[in-house]
Amino acid sequence: MHNPQLTKDGKLKHLLTTEGLPRAILNQILDTAESFVGVAEREVKKVPLLRGKTVCNIFFENSTRTRTTFEIAAKRLSADVITLNVGTSSQSKGETILDTIDNLTAMHADMFVVRHAESGAAHFIAQHVAPHIHVINAGDGRHAHPTQGLLDVFTIRRYKPDMHNLRVALVGDVLHSRVARSEIHALTTLGVPEVRVIAPKTLLPQHVEKLGVQVHHDMREGLKDVDVVMMLRLQNERMNGALLPSAQEYFKCYGLTPEKLAFAKPDAIVMHPGPMNRGVEIDSAVADGKQSVILPQVTYGIAVRMAVMSILAGNSE
Amino acid sequence: MTLNIQLPDAEALLLTLEQKLAPFIQPKTAIVGIHSGGAWIAERLFPRLQSSHPGCSLELGMLDSSFYRDDYSQRGLHADTRPSQIPFDVEERHIILLDDVFYTGRTIRAAMNELFDYGRPASISLAVLVDRGGRELPICPQVAALQLDIPPDQKLQLSRDEHHQLQFSLEASA
Repeated sequence: MHNPQLTKDGKLKHLLTTEGLPRAILNQILDTAESFVGVAEREVKKVPLLRGKTVCNIFFENSTRTRTTFEIAAKRLSADVITLNVGTSSQSKGETILDTIDNLTAMHADMFVVRHAESGAAHFIAQHVAPHIHVINAGDGRHAHPTQGLLDVFTIRRYKPDMHNLRVALVGDVLHSRVARSEIHALTTLGVPEVRVIAPKTLLPQHVEKLGVQVHHDMREGLKDVDVVMMLRLQNERMNGALLPSAQEYFKCYGLTPEKLAFAKPDAIVMHPGPMNRGVEIDSAVADGKQSVILPQVTYGIAVRMAVMSILAGNSE
Repeated sequence: MTLNIQLPDAEALLLTLEQKLAPFIQPKTAIVGIHSGGAWIAERLFPRLQSSHPGCSLELGMLDSSFYRDDYSQRGLHADTRPSQIPFDVEERHIILLDDVFYTGRTIRAAMNELFDYGRPASISLAVLVDRGGRELPICPQVAALQLDIPPDQKLQLSRDEHHQLQFSLEASA
């Protein structure tokens, strides 16, 4: 079946999910991002690739960090950027998603960065848009958040370049986490031999092991000898019903403290996609500690989003 | 019709280039190789020029001008981009750009644009192993180890073997 993200000759046209993306394309994104890291350290933090293009960030669901980093990425590529918080405008007046897209297309937008609470929203828009328009999924429901998954993998590769010899543990609310899914697909495609998930049964999707991960319910056992500890945000706003007894109880069992981190390798890195719930999934001593690479993740996120945008905008049918 | 062209000896041209470059080295000079051929040349020439000009505090850098190319909208982003490395202050420095083959001048235009995003150099010169003719912009090298007319349907390609020796080959251009 044709992958809707690719052109007929196999180039990346939209970025909707990391699932099913060939290793060569993942590597091209990561390698290109490597070149963009240096751009941010120069006198002029801008390159002219997207000069004359218009990027529309359409956020049907709120976000601060993702929206800001996409805006910065597009601006550093010299694009004109418009950000719409649709949740607070047209949609509340009854306009459909496709009407919103059609209106922005009539304003000659070239790229849409879309976040939506419904899984599949970005796919739906990609199928609808005119052939010259590119779509980036900035998070759809529980489904995917590919640029976050890629920036996490980029951060891992920067600190632990030997991807074929790594143990990575994802800890926490895998059930509601689109980041976890995007990251697992990218890590397994890139040949990371051991990916673990550590969570209570209530926060794991059914058949999670089919994604190619090892399942653990105990931190001591799950963190043993890992190189990378990726903490997931406890998705309070997504919780329907009582999946957990209390935040305090969760912290006791699954919160990352210096004592639990000691089960991992001494040089293990600690990551978190943000925003963090300090004292719920992660202790401040770890979040601000020597092994934390949480702020570099944010910095690299801009380079990875620049890479994705510049690769997409150059690939037309 | 490649039979009439005698392939230049890249290693011999490297020595010629080194000699011709000597008068351009002054205090506050940096040599900057353009990926990939120019970077190989810069890596080879840098230690030699540094030892022959000990008082000049020569610097070395590499540029990959993919983000500044004028064919991006036709051909997309080059699949093999590499990070540019300019580990010195460009401001008020004399920059010698190095490339393997000078052709249309478009790569050099892109490289100069990138360089200016690091700062305002005192001067920029261009040195190449081969000037093959065919320029499309008002840019030309100050130093060329060899002038050699090559037909537009041919590409003069520099490669590097495992011992870091350089050689030229001719290919049909895409």
